[in-house]
Amino acid sequence: MNNTVPLPTPHTPGPAPTDDIPLEVHDLTVAYQKKPVLWGIDLVVPAGKLIGIIGPNGAGKSTLIKAILGQVPVSAGWVKVFGEPLKKNLRRIGYVPQRESVDWDFPVNVLDVVIMGRYGRLGLFQRPRREDVDIARACLDQVKMLPFANRQISNLSGGQQQRVFLARALAQEADLYFMDEPFAGVDAATESAIIGLLQELKSRGKTLMVVHHDLSTAKEYFDMLLLLNMRVVSFGPTEQVFNNELLQKTYGGRLTILTDVAEAVKQQS
Amino acid sequence: MPPSFQETVRTPNGRLRGRIGLSHLLFLAIASIPFAARAARVGDVVETSVWTQAVRFLTLSDPSVRYALLGAVLIGVSTGLLGSFIVVRRMAMAGDALSHAVLPGVALGFLWNMSKDPMAIFVGATLAGLLGTAFVSWITSTTRIKEDAALGMVLAGFFSVGLCLMSMIQGLPTGNKSGINSFIFGQAAAIGPSDLKLMAIVTVGALLGVGLFYRQLLVTSFDPGFARASGLPVRWVHHGLMLFLAFAVVIALQAVGVVLVSALLIIPAATAYLLTDRMHRMLAIAVAAGVAAGVAGSFVSFLAPALPTGPFIVLASASLFSAAFLFSPRQGLLLRWWHQRSRNARVARENTLKAIYHLSEAHGFKGEGALVRELAERRRSTLEEELVRIRGLVAAGWATLSDDRAVVYPTPAGWQRGSEIVRNHRLWELYLTNAAQISPDHVHEDAEKIEHVLGEELVRELERRLQFATVDPHGKAIPAIGDIRGSAPSRGDTTIGFRRSGP
Repeated sequence: MNNTVPLPTPHTPGPAPTDDIPLEVHDLTVAYQKKPVLWGIDLVVPAGKLIGIIGPNGAGKSTLIKAILGQVPVSAGWVKVFGEPLKKNLRRIGYVPQRESVDWDFPVNVLDVVIMGRYGRLGLFQRPRREDVDIARACLDQVKMLPFANRQISNLSGGQQQRVFLARALAQEADLYFMDEPFAGVDAATESAIIGLLQELKSRGKTLMVVHHDLSTAKEYFDMLLLLNMRVVSFGPTEQVFNNELLQKTYGGRLTILTDVAEAVKQQS
Repeated sequence: MPPSFQETVRTPNGRLRGRIGLSHLLFLAIASIPFAARAARVGDVVETSVWTQAVRFLTLSDPSVRYALLGAVLIGVSTGLLGSFIVVRRMAMAGDALSHAVLPGVALGFLWNMSKDPMAIFVGATLAGLLGTAFVSWITSTTRIKEDAALGMVLAGFFSVGLCLMSMIQGLPTGNKSGINSFIFGQAAAIGPSDLKLMAIVTVGALLGVGLFYRQLLVTSFDPGFARASGLPVRWVHHGLMLFLAFAVVIALQAVGVVLVSALLIIPAATAYLLTDRMHRMLAIAVAAGVAAGVAGSFVSFLAPALPTGPFIVLASASLFSAAFLFSPRQGLLLRWWHQRSRNARVARENTLKAIYHLSEAHGFKGEGALVRELAERRRSTLEEELVRIRGLVAAGWATLSDDRAVVYPTPAGWQRGSEIVRNHRLWELYLTNAAQISPDHVHEDAEKIEHVLGEELVRELERRLQFATVDPHGKAIPAIGDIRGSAPSRGDTTIGFRRSGP
């Protein structure tokens, strides 16, 4: 990663090669305009789990995903994906950005968007092959959007747009998925379709990290929860983490000291 | 049954594709009319023989004509390609700022060896444009000033520096400064072979770049976050695009001028955006529109060499845009107006059929038709108004009018449609009162609209949810699908193909 501080990796986690650990984050710190928004995040994410990232607004949930993916500058820390730096394993990563992050009037149709999921696997000048188109169509079929393949993307409902994004991530054929609020603003049918799909991906050994905003369904949907509020409040199996005390710590009473210090850091610089 | 308005508005893709080629030809034809007229007038003023000039242009006998035309084509291609990406990336203002920022570079390029050396001007202008763009990023990333303000400042600041340098050049004693002013408003006739060489290099480069890196450009424009996560070089693509944007602006300067060159980036691309929803087609249409505008503009400029080319080229592309705006099969005003009109007419016809149904219902479904007088009384309108409406029904094949114009008889199809409307109305009222718990006196207005848009499938769904209720919240009978289709056994005791009212 470009902004990683090259710490002398003193850290040899566990017994041996970490290829079976999809994601390891060490002391990740992110600041926007000098104001820290994530502090020293440490994570070791096991394989084959469906993980929910929950926390209040402004807790840095999306920022965490973006920082892991190298989309925002990182002021400290490092990330390893399947035991290697992110850049070496980009092909094993699938990403579903927030639906609002793109212009849905863009002149592309549904199939065009899903084929974009194959771009990371193509050479510099290579055009999508027959095989890539077939994979894209199969992924669309998986989210029940094949009948809409030639539809311009603005002529879709919110739920359908989300399914298109999901199909694109499926087309990436990744092992580790990051999804930013895939349930935001979708209809009930799409929500259950999406969760079914996530479960299926998990059963095929994929690891999924999903930013989620609905506490009422968090317990039912996810194997593990990452409670986040500028720092990791807790990370573990849902039944251990999803309790009043920890949720209170995450949501209730802002972490005033952290916010104050962040403000002070900003003033200083 | 005529197609519902929903079907006509949401035209399937297949039908659109066919129409684009045709409508595009139409634009060209329409766009050429004002030019012919304007050209004639301009010619009168300038006192050159317009006809000789036109013949010289059209026969391509003059090398300067060939240069101007070739230049217009090359400019159209490069600005169309790059402009399309600028428009979909919402960078139109950045394009405008960049194109104004090149002016000091033009002047410095001239001052370099006191001549209109295309290479020196090209290098100077490109560097100035890129410097302006860099300034904008620098300002936005280090201060709280947002991009629009930064663009505005850089645009005006660089342009002013350029203007000062230009007037300084005008004041210089050297004799070689002729034509430097053509960079401000453009003069296609001034394009020479060495300009063309540069234009060709840039255009071929732009074609190759877009062709080879099409999917990188596409995905980084649509979803840069996703592109970065897939390992695509988002930053490099952006810088490459900005570099070629600067090149395209600079080669277009001679023909269009600094002031208006950004219009050539934006207008053809915006025209294309109205006409298609696929990026590769947008590129093709933008190129075609850019070339057409360039050729038309240089033609006029050639007829009247005293006038600058830029405004004519921009006017030509603006008329193409207006044509697309009015006649686009997808978003054109005309088509929208037409749909609205035909929808209103259909709703009016359906309301008349409904009134005939109500009248017939009030008479216990006796008698074959409805008295026009009673219809007028019921709807508080004059006989004349009513007759106009009935003629609409007759034209649609939904009714016939007696010879003395006193009685209107619905045809079977008209009766069926009228019953359907009444059914839709009453079902929706019932649904609102039952399921949505809205009080019965609040539901009529809503049902007046909904009755015209419910399709067969939704009606069946409503019937099912309402357990095939037969009476609406006001105690009136709801015609059932079976009755309307004429398959119900109750058909026997009806007067005009429908069961008697009342339970």
